Amino acid sequence: MSSGTLYDKVWDLHSVADLPGGPTQLLIGLHLIHEVTSPQAFAALEDKGLPVRCPDRTVATVDHIVPTTSQARPFADSLAEEMLSTLERNCARHGITLYGLGSGRQGIVHVIAPELGLTQPGMTVACGDSHTSTHGAFGAIAFGIGTSQVRDVLASQSLAMNKLKVRRLWFENRLSPGVFAKDLILHVIRTLGVKAGVGHAYEFAGPAIEALSMEERMTLCNMAIEGGARCGYVSPDQVTFDYLAGRPEAPEGEAWDRAVQWWRSLASDADARFDDEVRFDAAAIAPIVTWGITPGQGIGVDETVPTTEQMDPADRPIAEEAYRYMDLAPGSAIAGVPVDVCFIGSCTNGRLSDLQAAADVARGRQVADGIKAFVVPGSEQVARAAEAEGLDQVFRAAGFDWREPGCSMCLAMNPDRLEGRQISASSSNRNFKGRQGSATGRTLLMSPAMVAAAAIHGAVTDVRNLAPAEG
Amino acid sequence: MTQSGPFPQGTITSVNGRAFALRGDDIDTDRIIPARFLKCVSFDALGSQAFADDRQELAGDHPFDQAAHVGASILVVNGNFGCGSSREHAPQALMRWGIRALVGVSFAEIFHGNCLALGIPCATASSDQIKQLQAAVSADATASWSLDLQACQFRSEAAGEWGVGFESGALEMLLSGRWDATSQLVARDAELKQTMAALPYLNGF
Repeated sequence: MSSGTLYDKVWDLHSVADLPGGPTQLLIGLHLIHEVTSPQAFAALEDKGLPVRCPDRTVATVDHIVPTTSQARPFADSLAEEMLSTLERNCARHGITLYGLGSGRQGIVHVIAPELGLTQPGMTVACGDSHTSTHGAFGAIAFGIGTSQVRDVLASQSLAMNKLKVRRLWFENRLSPGVFAKDLILHVIRTLGVKAGVGHAYEFAGPAIEALSMEERMTLCNMAIEGGARCGYVSPDQVTFDYLAGRPEAPEGEAWDRAVQWWRSLASDADARFDDEVRFDAAAIAPIVTWGITPGQGIGVDETVPTTEQMDPADRPIAEEAYRYMDLAPGSAIAGVPVDVCFIGSCTNGRLSDLQAAADVARGRQVADGIKAFVVPGSEQVARAAEAEGLDQVFRAAGFDWREPGCSMCLAMNPDRLEGRQISASSSNRNFKGRQGSATGRTLLMSPAMVAAAAIHGAVTDVRNLAPAEG
Repeated sequence: MTQSGPFPQGTITSVNGRAFALRGDDIDTDRIIPARFLKCVSFDALGSQAFADDRQELAGDHPFDQAAHVGASILVVNGNFGCGSSREHAPQALMRWGIRALVGVSFAEIFHGNCLALGIPCATASSDQIKQLQAAVSADATASWSLDLQACQFRSEAAGEWGVGFESGALEMLLSGRWDATSQLVARDAELKQTMAALPYLNGF
């Protein structure tokens, strides 16, 4: 059993009571909601005649269904309009802060809470979205919940939870140039599999993790869920504090000093005990591209699609299904596979540094003929910061569309979607069958820089080998 | 093609009904209910949309489209069922289609929690046992099965009995009828206040 880890400390601080049968009643410090998974929760709350217990600990935004071309109201899609107006009504009725379109603070829920300083070390964070694990980058215990649990948090500011085991993933050395946090987490999932993390929290640690920026740590923790781990985290350090300093919701003055002291005390102890540990060499990781229909079906960009002989017998049936669905032959190279659509954005890779990395590739180059390429900033703040640097102009000059913020084609609940059997190079997080809005559409997951490189060449390309840009 | 009885209520000691197999590891919640069907402010319509894209792909051959399975209430699945998105729309769609219990090798964590919140037991058994069970339920779609939570068994008169496991907290909550957690959580407000009072970030550090 783990002890002395950040997970243990935060769990103990938020434990309200032991419930009959074993679960713990766990206080939720920050509750984030959006338009897709909250309407039924509010309806259930009203059915039970219960008020919202702590309206000031819940923050709302709108992200999943918003169009990225025109955000004028009412939306052309009446169902999307109904979802947003329902959220607006529920927030107004219960006194919950909503960062709506045009507020300057709207965006993907997992982008805005960190950039506003809402997410802080030592918190428990819950949201009706599986990528809530993102917030673990700050040394918070953050996890996705279903709508019945959204109802429970609204009603009681707490949840009935079972404590997880803690697995430490230790990374020696540093990532190589052209290799990003996205590659690191895709490598983890490829190595350990998509179910290895079930029942576990993943603690990411080691020299390679300490060297990551906060935005890279968010990318890493974001996809812990793709490895089966409901939450992933990094112990807070100076990088964390430097990121938080001066953000709107961060403490100030003497409270800041006391906060930093407390945050430091929450990091996993040097002699902490983990349930188990897996070690990696970060320097050995190449840019990763997925070839299949689960995020675990990834390979280095210089590798070939694995044959069934190369894999565990248990993995063969889904590999066979993936060959058919993706129309990629075992043994064939992934580099050079033609793509139709290139999507840069999402809660995984829609932050400023992601757009900077992609713009570095796009600058002075041109999107290949016939490729639809578009960039969806993760939030209004990301969009304005990118525009202040001229990144929108870099992308536009290269032939990318520059869009308004939202979840967009990560899950295609808005008008952005694949058509028919189109294949996308995508900086998002899931390559499930049908994920990007067409029941037969195909997704290749990769880093934003790799997506930009794919857009330039019209095919999967090793970003480390790009010819110099013209001009 | 849905035929759903009353939704789970109160103590759940067993689920009885016909069973069928849905084969495959890592069946994610995007497949159970594609994202376009999440554009709703109520779960009511989800039953007929369960596995919509998979069913279209298989053009009538999907287990959810077979006449013999209409009215069945127990689904036998493989490993990591329900991985991916946290959408409760997934178990809601299964429940509204008619499913009242799942038996499988393993379940993704958020999906499992969502099932529990609806009073739907998720029982586990080894990979080999699940293969046998899937063969057994497929051999006779008309057989009556019982998932017995007290005895931790899944059995039918003709095919025999298999031992199954449950996550212990979930089992207790289902057997005691306390799987709808809201009332328990609301009841401990004094303890909640104590916990809040001791947390630096809720008190100006």
